[in-house]
Amino acid sequence: MANGGSVSVDICEEDYDYQNLGESGPSRGSFQLFKEPACNGQGNPEDIQMEMFTKNSDTSDSESTSSSSSKESSNGYQVRSLQRNNWSSATRKMLSSMPSRKTGLHSSTGMAVRARQTCALPKHQTSSRDSLHIPRATQADITSPEFEEISTEDEANNLAGSGLWCAETNKEQLVSDLRGLSESEGMRKLRAMPLSLADKMEIRKHCFSPLAKNSVINRNVPCHNLPCMYLSRMWRHCRYTPRFSTSLKLWNSSMKKLSGRYGTGVLSYFTFLRTLLFINLLFFIITFLFLVLPQAIHPPPDSHRTSFSWIELLTGIGYLSQSLMFYGYYSNITIKATSITSMVPYCIPTAYVFTTTISFFTICIILVYSMSKSFGKSFQVFKSDGNLSENVFCSWDFKVTKKPSIRLQSEKISTQLKEQLSELTSGEEERTLMQRFRNFLVHVAAWFICLASIFFSALGVYLLSKKAISKMHQNLDLLFMAAVVSGFNLLLPGIFNFCAWIEKHNSPSTRVYVSIFRNLLLKISIIGVLCYHWLGKIAVEQDPQVSKCWENFVGQELYRLLLMDFIFTVLYTFLGEFVWRIFSQKILRKNRKPVFDIARNVLELVYGQTLTWLGVLFAPLLPAVQIAKLFVLFYMKKNSLLLNCQASKKPWRATRMTTVFIALLFFPSFLGAAVFVAYTVWIIKPSSECGPFRNLTNMLESVKLWADRMKDYHQILSWLIQAYNAFTDNPLFLFLPSGVFLLVIYFRIQVVDGQRRIIRRLEKQIDDEGKDKKFLITQLQYLYEENNPNSSHRHRGR
Amino acid sequence: MGNKQTIFTDEQLDAYQDCTFFTRKEILRLHSRYHELAPHLVPMDYTNEPDCKLPLALIVDMPELKENPFRNRIVESFSEDGMGNLSFNEFVDMFSVLSEMAPRELKAIYAFKIYDYNVDNYLCKEDLEKTLNKLTKEELTPEEVELVCEKAIEEADLDGDNKLSYTDFENMISRAPDFLSTFHIRI
Repeated sequence: MANGGSVSVDICEEDYDYQNLGESGPSRGSFQLFKEPACNGQGNPEDIQMEMFTKNSDTSDSESTSSSSSKESSNGYQVRSLQRNNWSSATRKMLSSMPSRKTGLHSSTGMAVRARQTCALPKHQTSSRDSLHIPRATQADITSPEFEEISTEDEANNLAGSGLWCAETNKEQLVSDLRGLSESEGMRKLRAMPLSLADKMEIRKHCFSPLAKNSVINRNVPCHNLPCMYLSRMWRHCRYTPRFSTSLKLWNSSMKKLSGRYGTGVLSYFTFLRTLLFINLLFFIITFLFLVLPQAIHPPPDSHRTSFSWIELLTGIGYLSQSLMFYGYYSNITIKATSITSMVPYCIPTAYVFTTTISFFTICIILVYSMSKSFGKSFQVFKSDGNLSENVFCSWDFKVTKKPSIRLQSEKISTQLKEQLSELTSGEEERTLMQRFRNFLVHVAAWFICLASIFFSALGVYLLSKKAISKMHQNLDLLFMAAVVSGFNLLLPGIFNFCAWIEKHNSPSTRVYVSIFRNLLLKISIIGVLCYHWLGKIAVEQDPQVSKCWENFVGQELYRLLLMDFIFTVLYTFLGEFVWRIFSQKILRKNRKPVFDIARNVLELVYGQTLTWLGVLFAPLLPAVQIAKLFVLFYMKKNSLLLNCQASKKPWRATRMTTVFIALLFFPSFLGAAVFVAYTVWIIKPSSECGPFRNLTNMLESVKLWADRMKDYHQILSWLIQAYNAFTDNPLFLFLPSGVFLLVIYFRIQVVDGQRRIIRRLEKQIDDEGKDKKFLITQLQYLYEENNPNSSHRHRGR
Repeated sequence: MGNKQTIFTDEQLDAYQDCTFFTRKEILRLHSRYHELAPHLVPMDYTNEPDCKLPLALIVDMPELKENPFRNRIVESFSEDGMGNLSFNEFVDMFSVLSEMAPRELKAIYAFKIYDYNVDNYLCKEDLEKTLNKLTKEELTPEEVELVCEKAIEEADLDGDNKLSYTDFENMISRAPDFLSTFHIRI
């Protein structure tokens, strides 16, 4: 065995180098890896084949149990010769040494899988070496299942020996592979290997610390005192939970319960809610620390408080308007009182502008990052026309645990499969001209209804907002406009649903996208009208009858809109879901509960977030209101869902929809709010009687004044300010980076396109190779059977 | 609720943390779940690595797996003997692969194993038929089942042998962005 052993070493190393698919023909070494025990040291593959041709060897029985389809040709001989059981051993040998069979072998995962399957734990080695009978399951190899049919009983032992030996060397190769990498890389690679846990622990022991038994990072800790150890452990813990969402343990158990009953689609709504909560929290923390807190500690001298009544909590006027909540409270003082700030005075107006800008910038980066990651996950370089197999293997949601939901899921999948089958078998329906024309008319009518309703609601909001100015100080009238807006947001989607129902779209995803688009259009038009009214009319005219402080007015409007939206959502959840369920169960006696409409609820969330972002310039504590609202909303929606709703029967592609939702959050919502804020800060003249920017031409001017003042204080600051001025004054600095970015983007688009083309070509190549293989097999079989017309078909008695 | 020192040594916990996608707290939680499946069989003290395996029937009784149509195959794919008897290491391994953080390739390998009913490293037509019946709970007629299986193999099979090898399966999975989120069990 020593001789064979040494050869095996070479073979394994050669194998490892045999990475390239394009290498012509099986190399001698790799062929011998499989063939040596059975062929007893015979050499060339060609020799073996010739031998097989000339002498009688087993062929398998002619009874075929395989169910290969006859799609290739109607030639009976060709079909029969393609049936696996009919192949001669020569054919099988040739097949098993083909390069395509070996591709899985040479990636590290492939090697690891082989290592696992040839069961190479040291303590098990002796026992399996003794056993003669190797169970089929563990012996079967990914690459050559037909091999086991050839080996005899006593050769099986040799196989076990060499297989185990090879597994040993495989393991050594894994270990050496991992040792070459850095620790975190190696750890990540180790975790991703499909070995059993015991094997992984062994490899880890060999790889990373042959002497020390502690964990990887502890080995590097030079200090042995306790705090250091704890810190390093905590740091390691942080490093090994890199994903932001898993370290947020908020609401994990509720979400598990929900996903168990309703699946991944509904879960994506709650995950989105949680993400929004954290974005608002970040916003709130920045604003609170740098703006609200300093102002709260040093209240402005001219503040006077009026009495407080509860209705003002809804309308935002009165007591609240002179509190930290709204813009009007903040003053343009520069804090010099404390010791720190006497060195660098803390200027409230500058802090106001900076906190808003920096928070927006941070959130922009976070949103773009998460959008690109989620887009990358759902991006398909291939065109997906392989939907059926995808549905069979990837559509079962393993998270669902409740029995009725499992039943619903099975129904959903069966319906989907049936639909796809009918599509495939029947093909496109041939519709007559009349039918198509009627369809077209229905579509036009539906779109006309939707657009008209959107237009009229926007017009209504505009007229109402103009009229509402005259009745400024009545409490409930102020709420009226906010209520009307929320009412429109609630009722019009019902009309859109009706339109979608009469339209009868072909695919459910089109229907979802169309309904999202219509809802989005409605909300954009209403908010657009309101923004135009605020910025275009009120801010410009600055009518003292309206308000002494127009920013306060706008902030209050947004605050009212946000609250009304929340109240209406509560009412809808209560009336629309709870009462409707009781009504339909008791009175209508139907057992169907309402379905949770994911798209609509997510759009509601995006709308609320847009209002928050629009209002944060005028009401710095608005994110806190939004946080409270989201918190209550989570529990309310969760309980309403568990009590009243049932899982949807329509399929929902969670990953793609998550991308769409984050894209919606970024593109109309965040960018719109950013444009609004930028316009206000840059162009609009602040009111002259209140707020931190009184008596300035625009808000940005305060920064310029501050910069001028700061130049005298500190060297570094003045240098920074000079650099900034040079940067913004010279337009070349803007054009050059944008030009470079555009070039980079263009280049990457071209790269992706090129990769797509290559993939197409490779797919075609694989296809052609498959056809070639079939042809060769039939030829081989034909030649073999010609040479051995009297070959008896013996049973495979293994 | 034992002090963690009495269940696992620090080295063991470190090893678990490095080799799986779980943190120490989650490993301890998993141990308590494993223990409550069979309190008289599973020792509380794992410091000397006892050789204790729980049978298939106990494992598939867990609420996360009870109603899953593939529960038997899942447990069998992770067991060393192929019969579904899981030691604690294999138990942790199973939930680690099915957790959120496992990469796509690893999940694809085990998904392939789960769907391969006759353990021949190919997804042949019979495997697909069994999978489909479990998925749809006998709601499709036998002709429809056969048609779906044929079409699925036709779509995914790249090298034309009428079976799905692991490469075919992996290729098909890479086109499905939802795979990562559906092949996930929370524990």
